[in-house]
Amino acid sequence: QDNRISLWSAGDLGNAGLNGEYHGEPHLLCDIQHNGDVMDMQFLDQERIVVASSTGTVTIFRHHQNNQTLSASHQWEKAHYHVDQDTSCGGAACTGVICNNPEIVTVGEDGRINLFRADQKDAVRIIENADSSTLHAVTFLRTSEILTVNSIGQLKIWDLRQQRNEPSQIFSLAGDRVPLHCVDRHPNQQHIVATGGQDGMLSIWDIRQGTMPVSLLNAHEAEMWEVHFHPSDPDHLFTCSEDGSLWHWDTSSNVSEKPSFLHQGGRSTAYLSHSTINQSVVSAWLSNDPTKDRMEITNLIPNQTLSVNSLDVLGPCLVYGTDAEAIYVNRQLFA
Amino acid sequence: APLTHTVPPQVVPGADPSARQLCFAWGPAEVLVCETLFGRAGGSRSRCLSRSRYLSRFWGEGRAGAAARALTGSLAGTGDGVPSSSRVFVVRRDQDIYIQTLRKLFNESHGIFMGLQRSEEELAGKSRKAQLVQVSKNYRSVIRACMEDMHQAAISTRDPALQGQYSTQVSILSAMELIWNLCEILFVEAATAGALLLRLLDWVRLHVCDVDSMVREVLSSESPSKHKLFWNVVDVFVLQGRMDEARHLLSKEASANPTSMNMYKILDDLMKKMPMPSLGNTQTLTELELKWQHWHEECQRYLQDGTFASNPHMESICKILLGDEDAILEKKELMTTWYHFLVTRLLYSHPTVKPMELRFYAQSSMDLFLGGENSPEPLDMILMAAFEFEMHQVIKECSIVLSNWWFVAHLTDLLDHCKLLQSHNLYFGSNMREFLLLEYASGLFSHHSLWQLGVDYFDHCPEFGRVYLELHIERIPLSTEQKALKVLRICEQRQMHEQVRSICKIMAMKALRNNRLGSALSWSIRAKDAAFATLISDRFLKDYCERGCFSDLDLIDNLGPSMLLSDRLTFLGKYREFHRLYGEKRFPEAARLLLTLMTAHIAPCSFWMTLLTDALPLLEQKEVIFSAEQTYELMRCLEDLTAGNPDKQKFQDDDVETTKVEMLRLALARNLARVIVKEGTVEGS
Repeated sequence: QDNRISLWSAGDLGNAGLNGEYHGEPHLLCDIQHNGDVMDMQFLDQERIVVASSTGTVTIFRHHQNNQTLSASHQWEKAHYHVDQDTSCGGAACTGVICNNPEIVTVGEDGRINLFRADQKDAVRIIENADSSTLHAVTFLRTSEILTVNSIGQLKIWDLRQQRNEPSQIFSLAGDRVPLHCVDRHPNQQHIVATGGQDGMLSIWDIRQGTMPVSLLNAHEAEMWEVHFHPSDPDHLFTCSEDGSLWHWDTSSNVSEKPSFLHQGGRSTAYLSHSTINQSVVSAWLSNDPTKDRMEITNLIPNQTLSVNSLDVLGPCLVYGTDAEAIYVNRQLFA
Repeated sequence: APLTHTVPPQVVPGADPSARQLCFAWGPAEVLVCETLFGRAGGSRSRCLSRSRYLSRFWGEGRAGAAARALTGSLAGTGDGVPSSSRVFVVRRDQDIYIQTLRKLFNESHGIFMGLQRSEEELAGKSRKAQLVQVSKNYRSVIRACMEDMHQAAISTRDPALQGQYSTQVSILSAMELIWNLCEILFVEAATAGALLLRLLDWVRLHVCDVDSMVREVLSSESPSKHKLFWNVVDVFVLQGRMDEARHLLSKEASANPTSMNMYKILDDLMKKMPMPSLGNTQTLTELELKWQHWHEECQRYLQDGTFASNPHMESICKILLGDEDAILEKKELMTTWYHFLVTRLLYSHPTVKPMELRFYAQSSMDLFLGGENSPEPLDMILMAAFEFEMHQVIKECSIVLSNWWFVAHLTDLLDHCKLLQSHNLYFGSNMREFLLLEYASGLFSHHSLWQLGVDYFDHCPEFGRVYLELHIERIPLSTEQKALKVLRICEQRQMHEQVRSICKIMAMKALRNNRLGSALSWSIRAKDAAFATLISDRFLKDYCERGCFSDLDLIDNLGPSMLLSDRLTFLGKYREFHRLYGEKRFPEAARLLLTLMTAHIAPCSFWMTLLTDALPLLEQKEVIFSAEQTYELMRCLEDLTAGNPDKQKFQDDDVETTKVEMLRLALARNLARVIVKEGTVEGS
């Protein structure tokens, strides 16, 4: 197997022509061989990338900008493994990695949570048997709290400051315990969390209240692999799936419209619930009435064939990769 | 030249049948060959057979590597005193899929293939044809893109072996595009007389590029007309019907050489006036033929008058314009191929050639060009078959010569969509298109990641596609859960329930072995596998009995509706709930639940004793918890349990057990007494 980590240049944003079209295709800057499938990766800082492997190894690669090369700068082998290390399949895939420089948290098929620091050789903290099923994804909730999702449909909050190996809170889907594959937190409002499930369902959770999701949105026809809030424009959400589609969820039209009852003044305010009065703008994601609030959902892929495995979004750029071994870059997301 | 030989029968390097006996086992896309001692001293027939079976078993799991290791192990342990450095060879038939640079070809063509299968069948006539031509052009542009990448790789690599390999690939791809382009012109577009010639001219111009460097050299020199190869380039332009470019070059010569101005003007005029077929409907064929006849006669007159006698170059050009075969043949080196010669001939002698007439001209062109010294190469035979409109012959020859099914599979599929292939039934039942697609897709399945493309190809093989898919999909090695999920999704979408169950079982067993009980349960829920869920529950209960507490509470406490998947699982969930209720001191509810577990037969009989023992603390509470009814029920359960097994005398003799039973009986009796009194008492007045 020949798996590689590759660094591409998506072209200079300043090169936009008259119509704002970009010039030139993404071109390969450098690449390096990688052992095992790349399950997840994230930039740790400007120069370093953390990569999670299907062999259970977590590696930090450094990009040397002067000579455009990549090199492995640090590696934690067998960060994830199954109990019986003697059998040939002793390594367990590391399924998710999240960074908050210098901290790195990884989760894997062995149900283990690892906390690493970029400059330390050994793990800072290992939560053994954190979950009896596979942990599919992890993200930071606050600086010392993380969120994980697993294959029995549970969303768990872990407080890394506490020494006990128990989650501080467990949320789960009502009904069938469909495995959850991805999780992301709203960039500004930290109580809003989105998860994607094996049945393609998008769930929005308010972790301040209740143990069940606030809304369930029937989205894709197959596993939802990744969900991302737009980092600077969080009224936009992106999801990609095994069914080959990539959806753009746009609730921005709601922000400008105030609900009509707020205009009437005096009399009807008595009927408003307490929480609505306190927040003049209720986050569109938590609103319970889908008929009143318009959400625009667009499939960004015209001819879908194979699965879209991963996506990322920053500013006006969207990048995604498919099983047809192709990477697509869209630089005019909001045009 | 590419495609110069058919693939010779390959010998497995290193395997010497004279030194050792070889045995083999077939796999889905490979053959395992191993050395054995059958027939020699110490060997045995049965051992050889069992080895084959051994190999086949590992194959089923896609673990060829493991098979090889295990086998060499077993051979090494024969203890025959013979030095046993036996080897196992993995013989693959489709090497091309492992060439990195060809992956783009496979992926992109898969997209085009899918687009074609899904395209509108209702479009008829011209628009359908235009659509199919566009598909053909897309395929060709993918081949060209791949050629470009391969070429870049060839010039940038430093390893001479790799460079050689890349260069070979470039020439093979180039030949493929040549053939495909011709098939597009003749079959897909089915160009008619007039347009046919134009297309063939384009085809030649695109593919005969040996002269390109010479052309560039002359054009970029300071005074092209002084260049020694000047006239060669002019000839090239004329031979390829590039009149404007030829005239442009000639004008340079004319301005440098005023004495030949007169000759130049005439030649230039002739070249300008030459009638060519046009793509629009501006003139009919008859008009064209008439004009052409006039023009031809005019050229003839100028030649016979000796207008160009003083300049042999110009004279030869005029002869070419007249279609003089000898004059054209003199320029063999510039044309390099017989099909170039064919097109030039047609241009200058039969511009309104009809498709069906091509075969005669093609045959004679090839004979004249090769002249009997060289025998035609495979590429020549393929092109000839195309000119003769023998589609099946084209496909057959390509299949033999090319090392990979990609080309013939996609071309045949396209021709089939053009409704050009009669249902040419092969003797084992499926038609040619399907046969080729099956072969190609099967080849893809032996690749660790391109197998996903193969799935879609199988989908579009109506007769055998599904069967092939069912057999292949079970052999994909499932190294990560994500890969397993992708395979499962494919199976579920096609209602392949057997395969879903089998894959889920494999994953669940793996999880169980690794002590990931939650994962195991998650897989059994996906497969709705009640038996496996029971297995997992038994495992939990066993753990509980041994340790006295539950492991993985996060799982058991959150089973939800999946609890109903199996009775044992329901029991597990409910039993845990009992413990929780007890822990929260909600004794009446706990008691009710405990009783239901036994009376509703949710609990397995083996667990009844444990349940009754759990009831003891409830019976011993200060407050009366069990009602009279409930106590009677409990007593009945106890009697059922102890009376039911008369032959289990040993069980009865066990002191601990007997004591437990005694204690229970006592506790139940006491509780009964208390509750009768309590229930009989009239509540305070």
